Amino acid sequence: MFHRGRTTSILAAAAALIAAGAWAPQAQAGVESKDPIKLTLHDWTGQFITTKIMGEVLKKAGYNIEYVQADYLAQFAGLKTGDLHVAMEIWETTGRDAMDEATATGKVVNLGETGLQAIEEWWYPAYMKDRCPGLPDWKALGKCAEAFSVPETAPNGRYLGGPVTWGGFDDERVEALGLDFEVVHAGTDAALFAELESAYQRQAPILLWVYAPHWAPVKYKGEWVDFPKYSAACYNDASWGSNKNAKYDCGKPRGPIWKVSWAGLKDKWPGAHDTIVKSNINNDEMGAMVSAVDLDGQKVDAVVAEWIAKNEGRWKTWLP
Amino acid sequence: MNPIPSSSAAPAGRWPKVLVWGLAFALAAVLWAWGGEIAPWAVKYPRAWIVPLKFWISDAMTWLVEDATFGLFTFTELTRGISWAIERPYRLALGLLSHGLLQGQGSDAVQILPPLTWISVVAMVVALGRYTKDWTLAALAGGCFAYLAVFGQWQGAMITLASILIAVPFGIAGGLFAGLASYRWRPVERIIRPVLDLMQTVPVFAYLVPILFLFGFGPVSAIVATIVYAMPPMVRITILALRAVPEESRDLGHMVGCSARQMTWKIMVPSAMPGLMVGVNQVIMLTLNMVIIASMIGAGGLGFEVLSSLRRLDIGAGIESGVAIVVLAIALDRLSQALANKTQPAHIEAAARQSLWRRHPYTSVCLIIVFATGLAGLAAGWVQSYPEAWAVTTGSMWDDLVRWINVNYFDQLEAVKTAILLNILIPFKRLLLGLPWVAVVAFLAAAGWALGGWRLALLCALLSSFIALVGLWPKSMITVYLCGISVIFAGIIGIPIGILAAERERVWSGVKVAIDTLQTLPSFVYLMPVVMLFRVGDFAAMIAVVAYALAPAIRYTAHGIRRVDPQLIDAGIACGCTRFQILTKIKLKLALPEIMLGINQTIMLALSMLVITALVGTRDLGQEVYIALTKADTGRGIVAGLCVAFIAIIADRLITAGARRAKARLGLE
Repeated sequence: MFHRGRTTSILAAAAALIAAGAWAPQAQAGVESKDPIKLTLHDWTGQFITTKIMGEVLKKAGYNIEYVQADYLAQFAGLKTGDLHVAMEIWETTGRDAMDEATATGKVVNLGETGLQAIEEWWYPAYMKDRCPGLPDWKALGKCAEAFSVPETAPNGRYLGGPVTWGGFDDERVEALGLDFEVVHAGTDAALFAELESAYQRQAPILLWVYAPHWAPVKYKGEWVDFPKYSAACYNDASWGSNKNAKYDCGKPRGPIWKVSWAGLKDKWPGAHDTIVKSNINNDEMGAMVSAVDLDGQKVDAVVAEWIAKNEGRWKTWLP
Repeated sequence: MNPIPSSSAAPAGRWPKVLVWGLAFALAAVLWAWGGEIAPWAVKYPRAWIVPLKFWISDAMTWLVEDATFGLFTFTELTRGISWAIERPYRLALGLLSHGLLQGQGSDAVQILPPLTWISVVAMVVALGRYTKDWTLAALAGGCFAYLAVFGQWQGAMITLASILIAVPFGIAGGLFAGLASYRWRPVERIIRPVLDLMQTVPVFAYLVPILFLFGFGPVSAIVATIVYAMPPMVRITILALRAVPEESRDLGHMVGCSARQMTWKIMVPSAMPGLMVGVNQVIMLTLNMVIIASMIGAGGLGFEVLSSLRRLDIGAGIESGVAIVVLAIALDRLSQALANKTQPAHIEAAARQSLWRRHPYTSVCLIIVFATGLAGLAAGWVQSYPEAWAVTTGSMWDDLVRWINVNYFDQLEAVKTAILLNILIPFKRLLLGLPWVAVVAFLAAAGWALGGWRLALLCALLSSFIALVGLWPKSMITVYLCGISVIFAGIIGIPIGILAAERERVWSGVKVAIDTLQTLPSFVYLMPVVMLFRVGDFAAMIAVVAYALAPAIRYTAHGIRRVDPQLIDAGIACGCTRFQILTKIKLKLALPEIMLGINQTIMLALSMLVITALVGTRDLGQEVYIALTKADTGRGIVAGLCVAFIAIIADRLITAGARRAKARLGLE
C-alpha cells in the first residue's frame, strides 16, 4: 500500500499546514471553523462590491475570508466540489440555467436573493428619441428601423445584443414582434459598451442590450424600450401576446440576483451561512457605489469600507 | 500563385497529376452545379450523420473526475497532488514578491516578513543585467522594472512575475525531459510529435475547463495551462540541440567510459546548452503570451488589470497595464538571451581561494541591498513599496485620442470598412460557405498528393473529414474565411515591409520594435479601440488578427532576402538587371521558401487569435470554444479546439511540403 501511504502523507502534510494556518494570534472565539471561507470574485465591479461587503461583514464576525478569482459560469464546478464556497451574484437573467443545473445535483444551494434586481433590456440613448418619435414604446421601433440602421444592415435597423452565452432570445423576439432589425451579437460586455461609448461620442444611432446595476445607465442618458411585460406564459406559450403563433413576443424577464453556496457551508460554518442568507443590498446603493468606482475612479476597497462604516446598524443585524 | 511545380524529378510524371486535379475539379463542378439535387449530403453535411463526439468526451471527463481510479488513489487525487506540489513554491514566490511571507490563511493571515522592497527587486535585475552582459543591458532591465513601479503596475507585475517564475522552470524541466526521452528512444519521439502539434495548435481556451476540473480553482490551474502552452518549443529545441551535438563530443564520452547517465548530464546537455537556452527564452516569451488568458481563470496580476480596465472602458489604464506586460517581456527576453550567450568564466580555480565577497560579488551586493532596504523599509514606507502618490499616469490621454479619431474620422473609416466588407469579405465568406464539403476534402487530398505524396493526401482527407463528421463544417469555413482574409492582408502589408526593411538597418530596428510590441501587447488592449472605430463584427476581428499575425510575414521575408547569396545578386547586376528585376527575378524568387514559411507562421498565429476574436462577436470556431469555456462544457470545447488544430495542421503540412519542393527546385537544399 505504498502509494496510498504517500497520498495520505501528502494529505496529512496539507492538513498540518492548514492546522498551522488556523493558529493565528487574532483568532476570535465563537466561529465554528477558522478555515478560510472562499468567496468568488468575477470581473465586474458590482460583483466585487457585493462580495467584498459580504466578506468584510463576515470578517467582523471573526470568520476567515479568502477571495478567489473565478469565472462566472465555470465557478459552479468549484462550488460543487467545495473548492469554492460562496458566490454572491448569480443573475436570474444570465445564470439561472447554470444555477438550476448545479442546485439539482444537491451539491450547491441557493441562499436566496441579494436584494438587487437585475434589469436587462433593449436600450437607446436619449438623443434617439428625437429621431424616432414614439419611443420608448416598442411599436415605434417598427416604424423607424431605418433610423437605427448602419450600412451593412440598411434598410433594417441594427440591434447589438449581448454575447451569445447570455441567451436572451433576441433573435426570436425580433421575429415574433415582426421588427425589421438585424441582431448582431457582441462577444463580450466590454465590446458592447465600447460600441455604446463610440456611438454616444458621435451622437450616432445605437440600440443595444444594457443591464443594470451597471455604470452605463448612470453614465449615459437613455431609456429602456417598453416591450409587452414579461410573463412566463409569453416564453412558454405561443398563443400568448400580440403574435399568436410565436413565443418571446414580450420583453426580457427582470429578476433577482441570487446568492449561492457550496452545500457544505451550512454544516461547516452555520453562523456564516445565516449571515449570508440575511444579508441584503439594493439597486440604488449599488448603482451609486458602482459609479463611484468605475466613473469617479475610487478604489473598490475604499467604497466598501465607506458602506461598512455608514451602515453599521444594518449589517449588525445580519450577524449570528 | 505559381501553378504547382512539376519536374521530371518527381516520382509521378505529369499526367497522373493532371488526372487527379482534373478529377477534383470535375467533382467540385458537378457538386456545385447539381449537388443540391443529386447528392445533397455531399454539399451540406447532414445533421443526422453528426458523430456526438463532444458528449462522449464530456462523459469521459466526468468519469475521469468522479470515478477514475488507479486502485490505490483516484485520478483526481493525483491531479490535486500535482496542484499542491505546484502551489507550495508559487505561494513562496508570491510571498517574496508581492504580499510578504504570511502565516495562516485567508484574512487571518499575519505577515511575518514583508516582501522584497521594490528597490531591491530593481537592484537585482540591474545586477543580473550587468552580470550576464554589460551596463547597457543592466540599464535597460532596470529601466523596464522602474517603469512598472513608476506607472503603478508594481503589484500586478509582481503577481505575474511570481507565476512566471514557477511556470518557466516547470516548462523547462518538462520540455527537457520529454526532449531527452525522444532523443533516446525513437518510439517516444513518434508519439510525442503529434502531441506537440496538438499542444501548439489547440486553442488554450479549449483545455481550460478540464484543467479547472482537475487542478481546482485558482492560480495553479492557470500555471498548469501556461506550462502546457509554453512547453512544446522547449521539447522541439531540445531534440534539435541534442542532435546537433558534435560527433567528437560523443566519441570523447565513449572513450572515457561514461555511463548512460554521465553521457547525458556531463556531455550531451552541457554541449547542447546554447541551443537549450534558446528554448528557455521561447518558454519565457510564451508564458508572457498567456498572461491575459491565465488571468481569466484566476491568475490575477497584469492580465487581470488589463481585463478589468477594459471592462470599465478605461483605455488608458488598459494600455498602461498592457505596456507593463510588454516591458516585462522585454526585460526577461533580453536577460535570458544574454544568459544564453554568456560564456563561462575560466578562472574558477583561481577564484576558489578568494573571499566570499570576491567570488560572488553580485550575489553579495544584492543580499546587502535586500537586507538594507528591507530594514529601511520598516521605517520608511516609500522604501518598501513605491508610493501611490508618486505614480505617473497617462490619464485620459489615450481615451481622448480615441475619442478625437472617433468624432472626426469615423465617417471616413466607415466608408473604407463598408467597401472592404461588401466587396471582399462578404463575397469570400459566401463562397466558402457554399462550397460542397466533399469537394473541399477532395481538393485538400489532391493538394496533399501533389505536394507530398499519398501519406499527406490521406492526412489532409482524414483531418478535414473529421471536421465535417463532428458537425462543425460551417463554423470551420467561417474560420478559414476569417483567417484566410487576414493572412492575405497580413501578406500584402507585411511582405513589402519585410522587403523594404531587409537591407536598411535603421528601418529594420524600428520595424523590429514595432512587431515585437504588437506580438507581446495583449490584443485585448487594442481590440476595444478597434471596436469603437469599426463596431463589432468580422472587420474588427480581422484588424486584430492582422495586427497580431503580421510579425512573421515581415520577419521571414526580411530574413529570406538577407540570406540570398550576394554573388547571385552581383551576377544579376553584371548581367544588367534593373533594380526591379533583381528584386523580382533573384531576391524574391530565392527568398520564396522563407516567405512561405513566414506565411505558414502567419496562419498559425492567425488561428491562435481566433478565440480572442470571439470576444468581438465572430461566429467561428473561436466562438464555439469560447461558448464551451463559459458553459464549462469540456467536450464541446475540445472538439472545436481539435477542429482548429486540424485546420492548422493541414495548412502547415501543405505549406511546409510546398516550401520543401520550392527549395529543392531552386537548388537550395
